[in-house]
Amino acid sequence: MKGSVAWIVGGALALALAGCGEKPQVLEAGKKKPDAKAWEANSSPYVATGYKPGDQAAWEQQLRTRAQAQNEYARDVAK
Amino acid sequence: MARMKFICDAERCIECNGCVTACKQEHEVPWGVNRRRVVTLNDGVPGERSISVACMHCSDAPCMAVCPVDCFYRTDEGVVLHDKDVCIGCGYCSYACPFGAPQFPTNGNFGLRGKMDKCTFCAGGPEDNGSQAEFDKYGRNRLSEGKLPACAEMCSTKALLGGDGDIVADIFRTRVLSRGKGSEVWGWGTAYGKPSQGGGAPTEPKPATTGVKS
Repeated sequence: MKGSVAWIVGGALALALAGCGEKPQVLEAGKKKPDAKAWEANSSPYVATGYKPGDQAAWEQQLRTRAQAQNEYARDVAK
Repeated sequence: MARMKFICDAERCIECNGCVTACKQEHEVPWGVNRRRVVTLNDGVPGERSISVACMHCSDAPCMAVCPVDCFYRTDEGVVLHDKDVCIGCGYCSYACPFGAPQFPTNGNFGLRGKMDKCTFCAGGPEDNGSQAEFDKYGRNRLSEGKLPACAEMCSTKALLGGDGDIVADIFRTRVLSRGKGSEVWGWGTAYGKPSQGGGAPTEPKPATTGVKS
């Protein structure tokens, strides 16, 4: 009788402790990572000449200037 | 800054596939994956037209809406990107996209369909800007280098324009008004009719010979 009680208690304890080894099953696991802003630091050695990463206003100005290089009407006037 | 956009001028595109090659080379895109391609209509007959097509970075992107694992996100500049660590390669985005932008590498064993790959507007992905990890997964991050997408910047006829939507729209408007043809198309005025950022020609363009509608 004593032996079977010990077995039952032991089994219940083992079942209860088994829950501690469970991995959390939440949706957090597949969450996308946050992305850095485009104007923030860049470790690439190919940064555009004259542009220093880290300044949002400078980055916006750089892209505006760069976009105008696609505009041959503006380029013709600049010559 | 407005949203980043591409415009392809069908009057100028000569189907050279330079944009496709530039994209492939810049990002070391694997064989079988084409982030950008040139589509030709009426091939070989008078009136043939070509346009360069890639992800259009939609303002209300269907790929984002259907993704079951929510791997897409939109940057402050309106560029639609995705996290390849979250993507499960199911292909729903491919069915949802009207431009056929999502691509899937198929060179694995048993016809394996890998993680989705698409045009990033040369803006990389959710890894450190300019890092090797970002390059390996998404290609170069030219935007954070202060540059515009390689396809648009190297287009020989400047048919493909990329950058701030207001500026490229201004450039396109100036071009169409100067050539005096194209602005008569229904809806053109709504799309390109009003100057926005002063991105057009510094001088007044020649008046259009045809009226601008809508």
